Amino acid sequence: MVPPGTQVILGAIFVSQIIDRRLNGKNKSAVNRQRFIRRFKNKIKRAVSDAIAGRSITDIEKGEHVRIPEKDISEPSFHHGSGGTTENIHPGNKEFTAGDRVRRPKSQSGKGGKKASNSGEGEDEFIFELSRDEFLQFFFEDLALPDLIKTKLAKLETEKTVRAGYATSGIPANINVIRSLKGAMGRRIALQSPYKKKLKKKEKELQAELKRFGEYEPHIIALKNEICVLKKKVHAIPYIDEFDLRYNNRIKQNLPTTQAVMFCLMDVSGSMDQEKKEISKRFFMLLYLFLNRNYEKIELVFIRHHTIAMEVDEENFFYSRETGGTVVSSALELMHDIITERYPENDWNIYAAQASDGDNWNDDSPLCRELLTNTIMPLVQYYAYIEITTDVHQNLWHEYLNIKSKYENFVMQRIEGIADIYPVFRSLFKKKKV
Amino acid sequence: MKRKPLSITSEWTFDLIKEYDREISRIAESYNLETYPNQIEVISTEQMMDAYSSVGMPVGYHHWSFGKQFLSTEKNYRRGRMGLAYEIVINSNPCIAYLMEENTMTMQALVIAHACYGHNSFFKSNYLFQSWTNADAIIDYLLFAKNYVTHCEERYGEEAVELTLDSCHALMNYGVDRYQHPYRLSLVKEEARQKEREAYLQLQINELWRKTIPATEKENSDINKKRYPEEPQENLLYFIEKNAPLLEPWQREIVRIVRKIAQYFYPQRQTQVMNEGWATFWHYTILNRLYEEGQVTDGFMIEFLQAHTNVIDQPAFDEPHYSGINPYALGFTMMSDIRRICENPTEEDKRWFPDLHNTDWVKSLDFAMRNFKDESFIAQYLSPKVIRDLKLFSVLDDDTQSELEITAIHDDRGYQNIREQLSNQYNLGNREPNIQVYSVNRRGDRSLTLRHYQHNRRPLGDSTFDVMRHVSRLWGFTVRMETEHSNGNIEISHEIEIAP
Repeated sequence: MVPPGTQVILGAIFVSQIIDRRLNGKNKSAVNRQRFIRRFKNKIKRAVSDAIAGRSITDIEKGEHVRIPEKDISEPSFHHGSGGTTENIHPGNKEFTAGDRVRRPKSQSGKGGKKASNSGEGEDEFIFELSRDEFLQFFFEDLALPDLIKTKLAKLETEKTVRAGYATSGIPANINVIRSLKGAMGRRIALQSPYKKKLKKKEKELQAELKRFGEYEPHIIALKNEICVLKKKVHAIPYIDEFDLRYNNRIKQNLPTTQAVMFCLMDVSGSMDQEKKEISKRFFMLLYLFLNRNYEKIELVFIRHHTIAMEVDEENFFYSRETGGTVVSSALELMHDIITERYPENDWNIYAAQASDGDNWNDDSPLCRELLTNTIMPLVQYYAYIEITTDVHQNLWHEYLNIKSKYENFVMQRIEGIADIYPVFRSLFKKKKV
Repeated sequence: MKRKPLSITSEWTFDLIKEYDREISRIAESYNLETYPNQIEVISTEQMMDAYSSVGMPVGYHHWSFGKQFLSTEKNYRRGRMGLAYEIVINSNPCIAYLMEENTMTMQALVIAHACYGHNSFFKSNYLFQSWTNADAIIDYLLFAKNYVTHCEERYGEEAVELTLDSCHALMNYGVDRYQHPYRLSLVKEEARQKEREAYLQLQINELWRKTIPATEKENSDINKKRYPEEPQENLLYFIEKNAPLLEPWQREIVRIVRKIAQYFYPQRQTQVMNEGWATFWHYTILNRLYEEGQVTDGFMIEFLQAHTNVIDQPAFDEPHYSGINPYALGFTMMSDIRRICENPTEEDKRWFPDLHNTDWVKSLDFAMRNFKDESFIAQYLSPKVIRDLKLFSVLDDDTQSELEITAIHDDRGYQNIREQLSNQYNLGNREPNIQVYSVNRRGDRSLTLRHYQHNRRPLGDSTFDVMRHVSRLWGFTVRMETEHSNGNIEISHEIEIAP
């Protein structure tokens, strides 16, 4: 043991430093995290694709649990495989004595209980959380969106700066000259007027006295002095003071958002297989995402049709299958009915998106054109039609071309892969109606 | 004499931490614990997760594998599957220890005693750390490494750097000198020498291969030529750094960085039981002393003992959460046992430890801490009493037999056997396959041959091919692995061909 005296000295030398690091950045690992995501981009992308299939359209803006097979991302190292002879020590013996023979436990046969640290715990999936932004990134990538659009969509709120009167503080560039000078003038008038009044009075008095007395009479000199002081006082009021400065005030205002309704129309006749439906789903999702930026409240209406149309919920919309022919006009009629009944055009911004494989009963197509041109197009903000097919165009396409020439806000596009979806929206993004 | 306790609630403040640290430091000095100065840093949970995922390096270069680590730590923590470790401590001078802000005062005191005086003194005095690591320079070196890697990323692209790092990481465990001493690190020298080395190395490599461009006919007296390298080389990364024909100078430097870091962590891998045992023994001893002095309350002690008991919990082999021997439990039991043997030896102890009984326990324990690593520590100090207390037994698994055999238990016949087996189990040389650089074909296809010296017929694991692919990426020519079987037969077990 050390004698007490030395303890004190030692203690003085080795004073521990205590540092509060809590305020330092906590995202030291952010770069490494990004590297990880970049590295396994393709695998994560696949996981995201699967996730999109499982998501509802309105559910697009959340993070996501991503699962990747553990073996795809493992870091290899030289280590022992199972086999050969190993001898290991374990604790907690109860009934064994030397020379006992016991059956190999099934779960780790051959491993002999080796605590191989590099073999993990037999977990075969690596699961982690993708943030909302990262998720959208992957979603956009699929759709081949231009960067500008990506940022527009990823931004949560749109704001506008508006003038809001004047403020007493700000940057020099924002000084409002007229307002400031007005203020200064008012202040000068207010502060100078008592002296000026007095001054006038004294000056009058002086004039009167001067007529009666000589210039060097003591009381005249006193009067003159008084006038001098008053003049100084009037002058001492500054022409402009910091106090007078007024700045243009600008505040950020959330854009006036209103409500919108989005009609999703889809052909569910036998020829629309699950893959085509998945493509349609991306198409509807993107439109939803866009509308979500601009409108506070969006209602979704799902209309599926074969020969007759029906309003359904999302689940039924994407996953139930029907057979039979196709009559597109039935859906358009239903849509029109719903609009007149529930969504008066004065209160609602109406958007419609239609997905189909192009099949339609031939006699029905002219009817569709008529319906759209005369009754629906005047009501809606935007109508997008996609045809998911690789076959030759049919009747419906040609009829729709007609509409396109009449209405600017009608777009149509043939789609073979997911990347073809974006052009449909190009004009929509360009206009960016508010 | 009862004193007023340092604190009575579980809330901590910076002043309280200072006071506890002063008292703990006083007690540690009374036991002659030599330490580096401490730098105690209070951090938040998120920061703890950051520290966790950079495998204890306070500054580290960027790599996706750390990101992966972070994501899984984060996920496990968020789901409540895992509590974060109470502490992380870094072998540096000053010795950096992290305290989490969520901890109670009791836990902070426990961590201070455990990390700042336990681990710290181990880092400072154990022979492995003294000869293999340089605590003064490590932070500087890590900083140098980080800057260098960033610099390379800017110049040669993130992806190229990442691929090189991947390959180096795969060989990290084979980047250590097990027997030679490494050079000391110093930032200034390191930076100056790096430039010099870069130029010189390339020159040397060029020279080596220029002279050995396959000669047409003149020199076919190869038969008498010596093998290169003359002796098998255990440090794969070192060999690659110095000899790989196609590596760019910056890639050699990266190989070197990974190798140096592997070397720095090597002693920690060799002294897990001792290091944790030592730190646990001292937090236990120091906090008990605080209690005896009346500086801490009963409530403090109950909370502390509960945490302590959790730390040294050793589930039996047949319990569901058993995952091998807990180094804290084994280490703590052995350290406490040495003290017991010194103070109250039994007849048995006198037979087994003639040098130990009736010595000053502080001195004997200090000697044990300084001069051993796990393997030799267990071989020297595992006593029959510890074997009995933990009820250790030895299981032989031979894949030619249908059943396992119990070869030894905690009885007179078994003690020696168990001691040897357990010591072997902590020999890193036995844990990892013995793989060395065997030869390079300098005059022909420039291929590199590694040799796996098989022990007890244990084969290589299934990721061997993947690792070989990394070796071939670094080497640039054909690489192959020969396996020398226990019976002396040699066969080529893995080969990755690249046309010269």
